[in-house]
Amino acid sequence: MPTFVYMTRCDGCGHCVDICPSDIMHIDKKYRRALNIEPNMCWECYSCVKACPQNAIDVRGYADFAPLGHSVRVIRDEEKGTIAWKVKFRDGREKNFLSPITTKPWGSAIPDFRNEAEPSQEMRDSELLSFEPESIRLDDGGLHTLESNGLKLKEGVYY
Amino acid sequence: MKTIVEDNIDILVVGAGLGGTGAAYEARYWGRDKKVVIAEKANIDRSGAVAQGLYAINCYMGTRWGENNPEDHVRYARMDLMGMVREDLAFDMARHVDSAVHKFEEWGLPLMKDPKRADLPEGDIGKGAYMREGRWQIMIHGESYKPIVAEAAKVNADKTFNRIMVTHLLTDDAQDNRIAGAVGFNVRTGNYHVFKSKTVICGAGGASNIFKPRSVGEGAGRVWYAPWSSGSAYALMIEAGAKMTQMENRIVLARFKDGYGPVGAYFLHLHTYTQNAYGDEYESKWFPALEKMVGKAYLDTKNQHFSHKPIPTCLRNHAFISEVAAGRGPIHMVTVEAFQDPHLEEVGWENFLGMTVGQAVLWAATDIDPKYINPELTTSEPYVMGSHATGCGAWCSGPKDISGDIPEYYWGYNRMMTVDGLFGAGDAVGGTPHAFSSGSFTEGRLSAKAACKYIDDGKAEGINVSEKQIADRKEEIFRPLETYTVGRNEIVGGTVSPSYILPFPGLQRLQKLMDEYAGGVTVQYMTNDKLLNMGLHKIKILEEDLEKIGAEDIHQLLRAWELKHRHRTSECVIQHTLFREETRWPGYYYRGDKMKLDDKNWHVLTTSQRNRNTGEYTMEKQPLYHLIDEK
Repeated sequence: MPTFVYMTRCDGCGHCVDICPSDIMHIDKKYRRALNIEPNMCWECYSCVKACPQNAIDVRGYADFAPLGHSVRVIRDEEKGTIAWKVKFRDGREKNFLSPITTKPWGSAIPDFRNEAEPSQEMRDSELLSFEPESIRLDDGGLHTLESNGLKLKEGVYY
Repeated sequence: MKTIVEDNIDILVVGAGLGGTGAAYEARYWGRDKKVVIAEKANIDRSGAVAQGLYAINCYMGTRWGENNPEDHVRYARMDLMGMVREDLAFDMARHVDSAVHKFEEWGLPLMKDPKRADLPEGDIGKGAYMREGRWQIMIHGESYKPIVAEAAKVNADKTFNRIMVTHLLTDDAQDNRIAGAVGFNVRTGNYHVFKSKTVICGAGGASNIFKPRSVGEGAGRVWYAPWSSGSAYALMIEAGAKMTQMENRIVLARFKDGYGPVGAYFLHLHTYTQNAYGDEYESKWFPALEKMVGKAYLDTKNQHFSHKPIPTCLRNHAFISEVAAGRGPIHMVTVEAFQDPHLEEVGWENFLGMTVGQAVLWAATDIDPKYINPELTTSEPYVMGSHATGCGAWCSGPKDISGDIPEYYWGYNRMMTVDGLFGAGDAVGGTPHAFSSGSFTEGRLSAKAACKYIDDGKAEGINVSEKQIADRKEEIFRPLETYTVGRNEIVGGTVSPSYILPFPGLQRLQKLMDEYAGGVTVQYMTNDKLLNMGLHKIKILEEDLEKIGAEDIHQLLRAWELKHRHRTSECVIQHTLFREETRWPGYYYRGDKMKLDDKNWHVLTTSQRNRNTGEYTMEKQPLYHLIDEK
């Protein structure tokens, strides 16, 4: 039922509840563990699977079209900056994949503009955004305009 | 339930997907002392259409490598959308978009590099040009695209409110065409949240699940666009009185069957191709008849392949739909050739694992290894959104230096709608297809700079929101809980009541109505004036019933309001589809009573405005200005 939660692995920490974009991972009041309360609003986005510290959440493909007996498991490691996938087919074949998820330590490279110099009035009056035009082009050129590119806007039927 | 008021906000970002995060980030750059607040329905780290990740950034000019200029992208979008683009806004997005992508790389997003182009000049952020998937697309390892970009928004916003379903925008009591903030509720605590703000940047999403999906059981969740995209961008803006544009321009996607796994990398990078069930190429044989429908300017059977024009997305859909209707389906993607190359095989799989895991789950479940079996494709149910190969959204002002001489396109502040102080990004901005993730982020940035200027120009002085407006909205928002509690006492149990309908049955009614009357998948995307008028009547009755929607708990209250947003979006879609008396995009939908493209009467953009008091729509044609060479 897209995502589901193994009873013996879940400790009710709520990380999945916190991250689910669809608001469908809830804590069951009787068992104090997580469950998917609305499988037909599950995108199989794996946000909860990746966030679960106990690896307690798995996915069983949508019953409309997916036969039983498969698995797609994942380990996302923020420290190493990698994501590892294991795909198991119904007939037992396996495929493994490993990809990077970031090139920098988490959050280390994001600018807080409160620590940066204020933009000048000239820049405020221009069409430029932050760090432009250097962040668009490597040469000394400015922002593209209709004039710089020899264009005009004309009403009518043109293709 | 408590009422929590956040006051004195300068810039309120409603919905923090790629558009909203761009807005919050850039707002701090131009407004150092401004109060920037985010209201997000889910958790900003995994919200919006990019929650799951992406394997490509589909809008990157590569101006620094001499690859494309902004006008090249405008011409491409114009061709793909059969001419219907706000070219001023598209040019503006395209001239800025590369700077967003370069920042993403600086923040740690892994962009793939092309080893063949490592000799290109070294910039401030890494050596060599990016790996191209196609002319506009670059390939990325984007599993963490959203959490990385969310960090930039969180660092620069004063406050981020997660789990707030924004239901309505607030307007100034004295000037009801001026924005004053927003209200909603926390989907976990049930608290009522009031945001009083000088400006609002609407970054909420487009609409999945308004047309009946092909999979109606559990698989209804595996829609192409995220199931949490509830059309809130459109409903919030329409109800605030904003003028909307191109809402008829819904999109249908040709994708891998059932999982809706993306095909872009397969076509462009893996060079896979399609064939019918009998192994034949089928597209070209439908083109001569199609050429007669749309005209030679849009499809030139003889010369198209020799020109620089790709075949528009909708026209390729048309060939697909026609071939299946002729009894030669299913259509297959031929993968067995490309997948013999281990590198391309890896790309093919990681493409799904990075953005549509459900397709990998499905192939594993059905023992489909594309190295040996050519997978099936299908055409999806329609979606309403504004950042892919479609341009639904609000009618916005362009920037002065591009749009300044065109009164219909310019009223002072870039990306401001026809409601003062209301700005937008991503799906919210109309007429700007092919923005995708990077372009939506860019539109957020453009909006934020303009919103700061609007405030600095003194346009947001003296806004007043009465206690009555706030109290009335509160009563309205929580009414479904009351309706349920009262009605529930009448019946023994179950979900059937004569006094209320629950959100899910209500959603199914909307989907059936849109499917059958407005050109969904079960009628082969066909509609006409009679059907649309009947649809409008039924949607009005549904609106009356939605006054009696019941919600058992706070989670159902969320679904109730999502349904109301989907309903309002749908109503606007029908109004627009009825207004445009032609078939502009065969393969997206057909007006059976007007089966030809009609440039004489309909080479225009459509706009609508819903009267806040009467609910009546005013439809208009707006002029189309095209970018042409000065000479």
